[in-house]
Amino acid sequence: MGTPTLGHYLVLSGLLFAIGLAGVIVRRDLLIMYMCLEIMLNAANLSLVAFSRFSHQVRGQVLVFFVITVAAVEVAVGLALLVSLYRMKRTTKAEEITALKF
Amino acid sequence: MAWLLLLAPLTSAFLVWVALRPYPRLSQAVSIAASGLAFLTALGIALGKVGAPAALSWVDLPGLRIEIGMTLDSLARLMLLMVTGVAFLIHVYSLGYMAEDPGRARFFGELSLFLASMIGIIVSTNFVMMYIFWELVGVSSYLLIGFWFEKNSAADAARKAFLANRVGDFGFLLGILTFWATCGTVAFDPGAARGLAGNWLAPVAALLLFCGCVGKSAQIPLHVWLPDAMEGPTPVSALIHAATMVAAGVYMLCRIFFVLELSPEALSVIAWTGGITALVAALIATQQNDIKRVLAYSTMSQLGYMVLAVGCASTTAAMFHLTTHGFFKALLFMGAGSVLHALHHEQDIWRMGGVGRKMPLTFVTFGIGAAALAGIPGLSGFFSKEEILQAAARNEPVLFWMAAFTAALTAFYMTRITLVAFLGKPRTKAAEHAKESPFVMGFPLIVLSVLAVIAGYSFFGIEHLLGGHEAEGKNPLVPMASLTAVLLGLTAGAITYGRANQERIAIPLFERKFYFDEIYDWTVLKLQEESARLLAWADQWIVGFVLVRGGAFVVSLGGEMLRLLQAGNLREYAFLFALGAGGILLLLFGR
Repeated sequence: MGTPTLGHYLVLSGLLFAIGLAGVIVRRDLLIMYMCLEIMLNAANLSLVAFSRFSHQVRGQVLVFFVITVAAVEVAVGLALLVSLYRMKRTTKAEEITALKF
Repeated sequence: MAWLLLLAPLTSAFLVWVALRPYPRLSQAVSIAASGLAFLTALGIALGKVGAPAALSWVDLPGLRIEIGMTLDSLARLMLLMVTGVAFLIHVYSLGYMAEDPGRARFFGELSLFLASMIGIIVSTNFVMMYIFWELVGVSSYLLIGFWFEKNSAADAARKAFLANRVGDFGFLLGILTFWATCGTVAFDPGAARGLAGNWLAPVAALLLFCGCVGKSAQIPLHVWLPDAMEGPTPVSALIHAATMVAAGVYMLCRIFFVLELSPEALSVIAWTGGITALVAALIATQQNDIKRVLAYSTMSQLGYMVLAVGCASTTAAMFHLTTHGFFKALLFMGAGSVLHALHHEQDIWRMGGVGRKMPLTFVTFGIGAAALAGIPGLSGFFSKEEILQAAARNEPVLFWMAAFTAALTAFYMTRITLVAFLGKPRTKAAEHAKESPFVMGFPLIVLSVLAVIAGYSFFGIEHLLGGHEAEGKNPLVPMASLTAVLLGLTAGAITYGRANQERIAIPLFERKFYFDEIYDWTVLKLQEESARLLAWADQWIVGFVLVRGGAFVVSLGGEMLRLLQAGNLREYAFLFALGAGGILLLLFGR
């Protein structure tokens, strides 16, 4: 076992991203899909930090802070939407939300 | 100074139309003053006191230079004198003729507009300027023919005149464009026209330009509008359809003769068109009963003479006849108008009779005009017709004999209408109670009859103005032939109609005007209706059904099919999205 290389981080990040994507595609519950989206976002963050660390540049890490901030805002909005949706429809299943469907 | 020629009548037209229409007396005064001013200016120009002004540049682009200028050569000077002189007399005459018409202010405004555009044609220095005024003449003639627009026949006649002229003018425009494209200029510049010499476009350009003349000067096959144009007030017939507007076509031919002479083929087409028009119109005139229509057909016939002269390369003869014809035909129309005025607009010569004794002044002046038109020796018409016959005899014997026969017919039908309308016994109440017209109408008749007598003599100076007449090639046979023809026509007319109280000869072909109107009606009905039906079918089925509805159908079908993909399944979208993103990555970085 040596110290982890850039490759390790990237593979981990790729795996996380794939897990998140699979979750978005497979799961039916909007809340879970939402969490999976967060996983994908963080997978991207991870690769950014890894690149930043291994190329000795801070810019990537600065970008990650921004991503985290924006993600927090987005989660606040998204969760608020989800809660009010649940209050109205008593469900968070993607298939059952059909009001705008033709 | 010379600009007054154009500006005076234009201003008058503008004033009358914009402000003075409710005040007939003021309108008349302004309009007559304007035409008098134009005549004085023309006189000044002819005497050399007024020179041509510098041309104003209107459009100045590379390859296209259009000026608004003035040509005042001998051709233009003669024409200006004739047009403004006759126009002034007709303005004065209209005072009497239109005295009771409620729309007379409008009438005088239109007369002024017409005069301005006619002068514009005469003085123009280039094709474009001429075309502008050419169309203006068309418009004002439309307005004047349709002056009594509440009458259906007048409105129809105005439309017919306008349309027939449009057909000719379209050819004229094409001719101008051809000339411009080959010579690189629109100016009347004989030097530039040399580029056309020997070019196959030379006859094309010449004949297209001739189309304009065919429309305006009522040559066959576009002559149909002229007889109908007699629906307008009689001063209009005298001004437009006798002395000036119809002469514009002939004047234009003389002005652009430098183009025509490049192509002998075009000249011979022109000569034949003129000869045939002269003959056909004279034949029709022998069988018409409406006094104005007879005069209209005789105008057409005389225009045919002039065009024939141009076709025989004798512009001098054409212009000479144009001028003398302008005088005596205006005289004839105004004489006829005077009779109509007295008979409450009864135009049928068989319902007149004996008018001569009641209206001696009209009778004498009309007689002088008729004699001049018939070509009786000693009057102006004789000299000018002589010149044309000489030109025809030099070029084409067949045309000469046609023209000589036409001269006989002319004498015949003029004898006919003079005898039937003015002599014999009154055939209707109106003719019995006819009274001589007022002096404002008599005065122009006197002036014009003097002109009709003396205009042919050399001391009057028309030939001098045109630069001497062609002495060479006088054929001694010609005067004899034309004299014989005139005598024959006179005798035949006198024998046939000397004491006639009704028509003695009936030739339906001539009476129905060679069925030109019927043929045109039929052609329009058949050709236009059929092609319209075809186009309607194409519009309904090809454009409407296949293209428009078919297009809409294909698009909505595509939409329906694509909609199946959008089932609204969020996870499916995510999957497809991921698949797409993966595909793009693979494409970009796959190798």
